[in-house]
Amino acid sequence: MLVVEGLVKRFGGFKAVNNVSFKVARGEILGLIGPNGSGKSTIFNMLSGTFPPTAGSIKFEGEEIAGLPPHRIINRGIGRTFQIPRPFHRLTIFENVALAGYFGQGRLSRANAEEAAERALAMVGLPTDRRASVEGLGAAGLKKLELAKALATAPKLLLADESLGGLDDNEMEQAADMLRRIRDELGITIIWVEHIMGVLMRVVDRVMVLDHGEKISEGLPAEVSSDPRVIEVYLGTDANAVQAAVARARG
Amino acid sequence: MTARQIAPWIAGAALIAVPFVHRDAYHLHILILILIWAFAYTSWSMMGRFGLVSLGHGGFMGVGAYVTALLWNHLGVSPWLGIPLAMLAAAVLAVIVAYPCFRFRITGHYFVLVTLALSGIVLQVITATRNYTGGSLGYTPDRTRGSQLWALQFDDKAVWYLIALGIWAAGLLVWRWVDRSMDRYALEAISEDEDAAAAAGVNVTWEKLKITVISALMTALAGALYCQYQMFISPDTVSGIAISLQMVFAVIVGGLYVMLGPTVGAIITIMLAEVLRIGFGTKAVGWDNLVYGVLLVVFIIFLPKGILGSILDRLKTRRETRAPAILAGEPKQSTAVRAEVAR
Repeated sequence: MLVVEGLVKRFGGFKAVNNVSFKVARGEILGLIGPNGSGKSTIFNMLSGTFPPTAGSIKFEGEEIAGLPPHRIINRGIGRTFQIPRPFHRLTIFENVALAGYFGQGRLSRANAEEAAERALAMVGLPTDRRASVEGLGAAGLKKLELAKALATAPKLLLADESLGGLDDNEMEQAADMLRRIRDELGITIIWVEHIMGVLMRVVDRVMVLDHGEKISEGLPAEVSSDPRVIEVYLGTDANAVQAAVARARG
Repeated sequence: MTARQIAPWIAGAALIAVPFVHRDAYHLHILILILIWAFAYTSWSMMGRFGLVSLGHGGFMGVGAYVTALLWNHLGVSPWLGIPLAMLAAAVLAVIVAYPCFRFRITGHYFVLVTLALSGIVLQVITATRNYTGGSLGYTPDRTRGSQLWALQFDDKAVWYLIALGIWAAGLLVWRWVDRSMDRYALEAISEDEDAAAAAGVNVTWEKLKITVISALMTALAGALYCQYQMFISPDTVSGIAISLQMVFAVIVGGLYVMLGPTVGAIITIMLAEVLRIGFGTKAVGWDNLVYGVLLVVFIIFLPKGILGSILDRLKTRRETRAPAILAGEPKQSTAVRAEVAR
């Protein structure tokens, strides 16, 4: 579904992403992890069109999309969420999502957008009341809204910049389950970015690990978490704890 | 029908009836000026309400007025054709200035500065081509004898009143049309966070350009209307930076986020100018600008939603029965700032 080859992003002399290639198959959940500053968000920004790559190719459903503006990419079926929720405070919750439904699906019709908004809000478990204000939402609610906005654009591929920081354990589990349900029930392929490994490992099919803008490992969660390079550069001394967590999660 | 639905029709009928029952030329003159400027201010607030603060609208108004008058005097083009051409010229000018700004994301204060330059440039062009435009001495469209429909010249103030009333009402309809469209959602979103709006699928550059062109077209029409009514235009009265600032002032005082806010602003500014003129005569030339300046500061600090916006807010909280859907689009500067910091 998505084929990325030789992706490079330079900011001045700094290489934020250096020659990264990967593939995502339809219906898969790919975890993208790495410490802060490893290039995860930069890759997301290139996939979603926030800025063009310096070099490399991004093929979505066989067509080159590298360098297209964000609204074009969304209309082709790649939705995204932001790490820090970015709701529109001047609009109600419903309007936030209806906006994404309308423009994200290429201005089909207002009725279609409102329907998409209702479905998306129901999916993430937010009230579909049209007058509810964004101001009442807490951290978990804002993340749900962020997800609902992305879902309303009817994506085939969802880029979830999920960073579960700020949520308690229970909320984290719920968020992880939500992504899995989105894949299972809506058939949406997902790339999930995270820097906490624990919960992610339980849900994803494959993991890719980045460090300093380079891909250092890729594979099944169990393989990756026992990869010495990953343990060295990323997990550090917590490696054992994480492996134990993975083992527990996998039963 | 509820009272809410009937009220606009009754108000409209009353406004149409005015020149038939009250023919005082001076009063009609003031009303016409209020309507023309209310339309100009509404045009400005079309984009101003979405954080696209332009100080270039004096330029658009000047283009509307001067292009119409120049075509008439030099080429004999009827205003019926001249006005659309003038509006088109303003729209082209708007695209030339705004497109690069939006494409390269010149926003906030920088956008204001670019538009300020536009005002200055139009003013300079008018004064520099004084052989054609009369420069700072002003310019008069050639008079026809008596009222002529094809020349859009009428001696009867009642006719002008009805024309101005119709265009003002049309301006309000455009405002409402935008307000009820999905594009309003997009523009509100853009005014808060362009990247997040783009991530929701909004073509940011296109949306901003659209509303800017609509606003410029309307403003040019206001300029042309002013020209045809007054039959005298000068850079001081329809163009330049002073006019641009006056628009910002009037709209902020009246209420930036409500449909009739700019109209309230026009009533206040024109009454103020008249009171000063009658009360102090030539001794008070320029005083209105001084008062504007002081009031502008006071309003931005204490009443940022303007007079009408604040009154409607007060009424709403008193009723407290309806949800805040009526006045969508209130300034939430603190949250916008927070989003800025988070980025």
